[in-house]
Amino acid sequence: MMNYELESNDMDQELKIELGKQGIFVTTIEDLYNWGRRSSVWPMQFGLACCAIEMIATTMARYDLARFGAEVFRPSPRQADLMIVSGTVTKKMAPQVVRLYNQMAEPRYVIAMGACAISGGPFKQGYNVLKGIDRYIPVDVHIPGCPPRPEALIQAFITLQEKIDGQHLTGPDRPRYLDANAQGEFPVPERGEHDLEPTSNQGVWPVQIQGLRD
Amino acid sequence: MKTVEEIKAAIEAAVPGAGVEFVRNPGPAAEHSLRLAPASAVAVATFLRDDAELAFDFLSNVSGVDWPDKEIAEKVKVTRMVSKTVDGAEQSVEETIDETRKRVEPGCLEAVYHLYSVAKKHGPLVIRMKTTNRSDQVELPSLTPVWRSADFQEREVFDLYGIIFSGHPDLRRLLMWEGFKDHPMRKDYVEPDDYEYEPTPHDHVLARAQEHKSRD
Repeated sequence: MMNYELESNDMDQELKIELGKQGIFVTTIEDLYNWGRRSSVWPMQFGLACCAIEMIATTMARYDLARFGAEVFRPSPRQADLMIVSGTVTKKMAPQVVRLYNQMAEPRYVIAMGACAISGGPFKQGYNVLKGIDRYIPVDVHIPGCPPRPEALIQAFITLQEKIDGQHLTGPDRPRYLDANAQGEFPVPERGEHDLEPTSNQGVWPVQIQGLRD
Repeated sequence: MKTVEEIKAAIEAAVPGAGVEFVRNPGPAAEHSLRLAPASAVAVATFLRDDAELAFDFLSNVSGVDWPDKEIAEKVKVTRMVSKTVDGAEQSVEETIDETRKRVEPGCLEAVYHLYSVAKKHGPLVIRMKTTNRSDQVELPSLTPVWRSADFQEREVFDLYGIIFSGHPDLRRLLMWEGFKDHPMRKDYVEPDDYEYEPTPHDHVLARAQEHKSRD
């Protein structure tokens, strides 16, 4: 059990390289586990607006998201690891997006793709568009752009992989799905008479980003 | 194509008591339109579609227009008897003065239809219908039985403006959800107050964001 808590930094990197040269592969459970997870992140197959077209382009031969282990877009949330919120989330659609996220099995990740998904974009002052999906579900990577180019989505995907690589299996900063007390199900907003109720999930909103908010 | 005046005459000849009103467009486009009386609108629309010469077989677009109550101030010359001291003696003198009178023109909702003829290759003809007011008498006859393509567009107008199209086969909200109470495209629509700080060049958005923050 002690070995499980070894972190990659605890190992002598030079020794590891030296052993590798001799044909001996040494690693930690954590490294192996994160490598496995980050190399087979399967996105969910759904698109909301024009960003979805760029997402589709990303998966095709020219950009080829399959190089990063994300070639299989699953049509069911039960089989998907990554939700790419690609496009405008209308208030009418938002409850379904949250419900789909709830139906995904842990570990699960969210990329908010494009200006609309991260903030409402050009429709921010409108009456019918949600001002960012991060009001209801935790978002791992935000991509600005209208729509972002496939390179931007690949960059976001690599960022997500780096984030997965840096996760610890134990300790206070372990990911949500390894924390029995962490929130697993996110409340689905109701469609009210004038707006969604509640207008945000206080557990995830406002997003706490160090250095950006006072 | 016949001019709008000629079409109006043709309608009046074919549909007795049609009550069609010619609405002049003063702009350079000069796209004049016809305002139909709701009671005879379906009969007139059927005539426009079925008449061999007009043959408006294609309804391109249905729009809603919201005309809020308008306060109109106009200057009126009023003649009054005013007592004045003239030549040391008090006399009643007629005097004309300008008086500003305000009257409120009641608002209404309007549905505007753009018609084309694919068979005759002409158009557009703009026809419109007005409701009595904006609150309780907002019914207009649906033209979906005449042009099938009015179906979704009348639902959208119902959703966003609140015009009730009687005779519509399936009048439900189209864009907003069931249970939503407002009609967002009306001028007096109050948006939900969920503004927040954002970098924006629009001062009114910043003002609303600050107002929202001061309320918390």
